[in-house]
Amino acid sequence: MSTTSVMGREVHVDGEGFLTEFDEWDEALGAELASQIGIEMTDEHWSLIRFLRADYAEMGQTATTRRVATVGGVPVKRQFELFPKKPGKKMAYIAGLPKPAGCV
Amino acid sequence: MRKLLILGAGTAGTIAANKLRRLLARDDWEITIVEQRGAHYYQPAFLFIPFGRYRPKRARRKATRYLPAGVTRVKGEVDRVDPDARTVSLLNGDEISYDFLIIATGTSPYPAETPGMADDWLGAVHSFYTYDDAVALREAIARFDGGRVVVHITEMPIKCPVAPLEFALLADDHFRRRGIRDKVSITFVTPLDGAFTKPIASATFGSLLEDRGISVEPDFMIESVDPRGHRIVSYDEREVPYDLLVTIPLNRGAAFVGRSGLGDELDFVTVDKGSLRHTRYDSIFAIGDAANVPTSKAGAVAHFEMDLFPEQFVRMVAGQEPTETFDGHATCFIESGAGKAMLIDFNYETEPLPGLFPYPVMGPLPLLKESRLNHLGKLAFEWVYWWMLLPGRPIPLPAHMSMKGKKAPH
Repeated sequence: MSTTSVMGREVHVDGEGFLTEFDEWDEALGAELASQIGIEMTDEHWSLIRFLRADYAEMGQTATTRRVATVGGVPVKRQFELFPKKPGKKMAYIAGLPKPAGCV
Repeated sequence: MRKLLILGAGTAGTIAANKLRRLLARDDWEITIVEQRGAHYYQPAFLFIPFGRYRPKRARRKATRYLPAGVTRVKGEVDRVDPDARTVSLLNGDEISYDFLIIATGTSPYPAETPGMADDWLGAVHSFYTYDDAVALREAIARFDGGRVVVHITEMPIKCPVAPLEFALLADDHFRRRGIRDKVSITFVTPLDGAFTKPIASATFGSLLEDRGISVEPDFMIESVDPRGHRIVSYDEREVPYDLLVTIPLNRGAAFVGRSGLGDELDFVTVDKGSLRHTRYDSIFAIGDAANVPTSKAGAVAHFEMDLFPEQFVRMVAGQEPTETFDGHATCFIESGAGKAMLIDFNYETEPLPGLFPYPVMGPLPLLKESRLNHLGKLAFEWVYWWMLLPGRPIPLPAHMSMKGKKAPH
């Protein structure tokens, strides 16, 4: 486990840069992480990020794109439009959550 | 008299029935098991059947033969669980009441959930995740004399997550033996970012695929199958053409789990990953593939769970806290062709690492490395499965994963 500096704040990250401490995140940090991977955040983006945070707090696992579609109500196709190429990973990265497990 | 009801007589349900019948006094506990299929399949064989290397009938046995005396057997399909009334209704209208319920109804493939996939099922689109599909694929592979083979995973999680990889490697081996490998291209298409979910194993498997001339198409989230154009299309509009598509369709838990409000978005039962007790109902447990625990869906996991769970179940139903919790331990043999196999061992926290198993220095089985001994181990396991694992006899392997003999990365 290593730390990195985002906006002058020390945060804990894994080998791929995903935050590992749920409580080290806030929306300002999320906005910075989004700009690092080239995502311009709109209200629609934020509503997905907030869903992921709330769902993680309840379930203890990062929601998959399927869960975001069936429980969060945003179709997978739309997730691909909002977070191109790798929506599952990009949403988790911005939300400061572990990469969705794809659980072996 | 207290009533324990087990749903499903596959690997996990059968071991649980055998072990719990021995642990729970017959004067105090009545055990009933609902058996839905009639047959018990040796599922590791499904990987070999398509290549003509395993006689299909040998993989199928009568399920009730492996259930102990003193357990009431009910043949039927589950319609719904009423967790408040503590009853289970069957599709034939019968109702069974319980004090404690163990759900062990596994996971099944659902090709109709991906647009277009079911339209050419058993035409150019095949699978090997059921007995019937494995037998049908055997015919398709025997007829196949050249073209594009695409081995494809729809979405994680799937039962036995290494099986698609093994299938690609065995396909390479099969077409080499027939002398037509140069006429066949093999592509491995996965929603994951590499050949496997965990980094060290993924790198090892990735180079193995490369050595065999199998190309990998990672991060492929399928949107649809085009059954006329013979191609699969991803959400980000990539296309992979095929002549023979061997897909692992979406895996879901049993539909009654969702209807009864007991599961997640894929109908896997939501349980605590250490105790396997339902997140909301104290009288309900789920074991094996049916549970939403974040480890492999595999017989090995069911086996390690059943090394701990029965004793802990007895404690929990007596109102005590569990003394041991499940760590997600999984062990898989991976057939890599040419009479060799690899072995991996991991759990919730630790990814598969190289080293020796089950003992340091002595091994004898090398981890994350091809060897003939691992292949023989996989073959020998069939006997162990029917005669030791299902009856719940002790097997000298630790339930918890061990770091002994492993080389951790620096």
